[in-house]
Amino acid sequence: MSARDEILALATAALGESVVVPEVPRNYRAPGAIALGQDELVELFTERVADYGATIHRSSKGHLHDAVSAIADTAGATRLAAPPGLGVTANGIDLVLDDPPLAADALELLDGALTGSAVAVAETGTVILDGGGRSGRRIISLIPDLHICLVEAATIVANLPDAIARLVAEGRHTSPLTFVSGPSATVDIGFERVQGVHGPRRVHVVIVQ
Amino acid sequence: MTTTGFPQAARQALQDPTLRRNLDQATSTIRAKRDSAVRELPDWPELRDSGAAIKARALATLPEQLVRLEQMVTAAGGTVHWARDAAEANALVAGIAHRHRATEVVKVKSMATDEIRLNDALAATGIDVVETDLAELIVQLAGDRPSHILVPAIHYGRTEIRSLFERTIASGDALPDDPEALAEVARLYLRRRFLSARVAVSGANFAVADSGTVCVVESEGNGRFCITLPDVLITVMGIEKVLPEWRDLEVMLQLLPRSATGERMSPYTSLWTGTRPNDGPTQFHLVLLDNGRTRALADEVGRDALRCIRCSACLNVCPVYSRTGGHAYESVYPGPVGAVLSPQIFGLEAAATLPWASSLCGACYEACPVKIDIPSLLVHLRGQIVHELPGHAPERIVMRSLARVFASERLFARAQRLARVGRGPLAKFPPPLVSRWTAMRDLPLVAQQTFREWWRERENEAGHL
Repeated sequence: MSARDEILALATAALGESVVVPEVPRNYRAPGAIALGQDELVELFTERVADYGATIHRSSKGHLHDAVSAIADTAGATRLAAPPGLGVTANGIDLVLDDPPLAADALELLDGALTGSAVAVAETGTVILDGGGRSGRRIISLIPDLHICLVEAATIVANLPDAIARLVAEGRHTSPLTFVSGPSATVDIGFERVQGVHGPRRVHVVIVQ
Repeated sequence: MTTTGFPQAARQALQDPTLRRNLDQATSTIRAKRDSAVRELPDWPELRDSGAAIKARALATLPEQLVRLEQMVTAAGGTVHWARDAAEANALVAGIAHRHRATEVVKVKSMATDEIRLNDALAATGIDVVETDLAELIVQLAGDRPSHILVPAIHYGRTEIRSLFERTIASGDALPDDPEALAEVARLYLRRRFLSARVAVSGANFAVADSGTVCVVESEGNGRFCITLPDVLITVMGIEKVLPEWRDLEVMLQLLPRSATGERMSPYTSLWTGTRPNDGPTQFHLVLLDNGRTRALADEVGRDALRCIRCSACLNVCPVYSRTGGHAYESVYPGPVGAVLSPQIFGLEAAATLPWASSLCGACYEACPVKIDIPSLLVHLRGQIVHELPGHAPERIVMRSLARVFASERLFARAQRLARVGRGPLAKFPPPLVSRWTAMRDLPLVAQQTFREWWRERENEAGHL
């Protein structure tokens, strides 16, 4: 008997015929349960992102290129990787588009990455990247040490169930997803939180309204 | 690894003051963080109810979920393998790595691969495994064993880590002992490994049957590197990790990080479904591991332990774990949940003392995000061990006699009188079997008069009036 068939047979026998399949109660704050207006969502998201040690900015669509330029300038970055579908320009910054796809060693030589995002979660201060047009391939926001991430205010939802429901409804749940909640961190040395191990050590989130 | 059993190993661990200081600092910090992260959610009890039911449902329908998971992963471009035990899983991983001519693989921290001792098995076939989680790297460089599910190097302080790095990956350079500088050393060392690795190995926190999506939760970004950069990704996952539906993640991803690190979310949660052109590995292999899980599933009481999501909240709140540390459990799964998982996964003989490594205080049950009633499971396993393993004859005989005594009013009254007489000498000069009990506990005080005696006396006095 193959390992597959044997494991399935053992599991079936282990459960027997009388096994009770429990109903799953879902009395937690389900999708749509939290009624917050967009200003309140932005407020909460801002507070929670800052808690992780990421830097938060706000910008209107019209002033976005100035905002990005200012962040890059302060961070000492001039060359940023960006997904080809982002559709943002910045003054005085060389945006290196990921088309054709950038290799890892090419990304190592850049100062940072500029990406958009798919959904954001206010309660947990989480930005969700979906590998698509605005978020870009996963590698772009992984290798450079600086990540400037744009979040459209309209994509901010209240809690995790809201975000999951949206991803599933839009069929994006099977895309390569990365939920980013602040910069890379570890507590493995003496249980003190150290910001920045392998992922970007500096994360700037720009809320675009 | 030679084992001595928990009582002996714990006695040794308790004599190490550095270990106790490191553990005490780490567990009290993480307990406080976890408490505030949990208090913040108004619906924590409801989330726990859902989490427990989601996992129970997944287990009750396990064969169906696994078949669906296999279908969906395959449809998304992945390959699914099945392994009955550690040897089969290790051979599968080694085979895939060799087909790609890998001499080195990078690995994300994973309990399943620790359980099957994958590193040793790959080393035996000429493949080096590089642990990329910082704590796992520390343990690997030191030639040590993990002592905590989530923070395997919890027993190390920063000065010990500094001297370890100086001897190993910093190749003799002197290092400062601030955590930032030490993390930077690991960052530089591992970055080279990530960029050159062609094969990566990971575990899985969850896998969703209805889409074939696999999920890894982590903090450092080493997981993102492993699942994104190499050409080939091999994920080894215990069969109990499957979730039926995508929306189950909306519960589990709230329960896990808050219970594990006390954060609202861990820095990185990665989810992937098969392979994607131009983004990530070109090959994805999922190894579904049984290794004792179907045997645990057959125990109607014991199967609840398979709900465990490896958050380690029960370790951090346990008065026993937070003093002895993880090594005393002599298992890759230490702490309260380890004491119920280890005998079930590795067999009763392999972990026969662990169900007693608990005061049954119940703190673990309170902390468990999927409501595993660990104290009841421990008692259940104690019963199994006493009944099925040799060496527990005295306990069996004592308990059987006690059952007879409790069943008879006459015998019970006589036993109470005997206890009053016998307590004094027993407390002062306990015979060998009793002394194993009294070495750690006081003999209970026996009342000078039992309730029944008092009642009879009172009736007699009333009769005289």
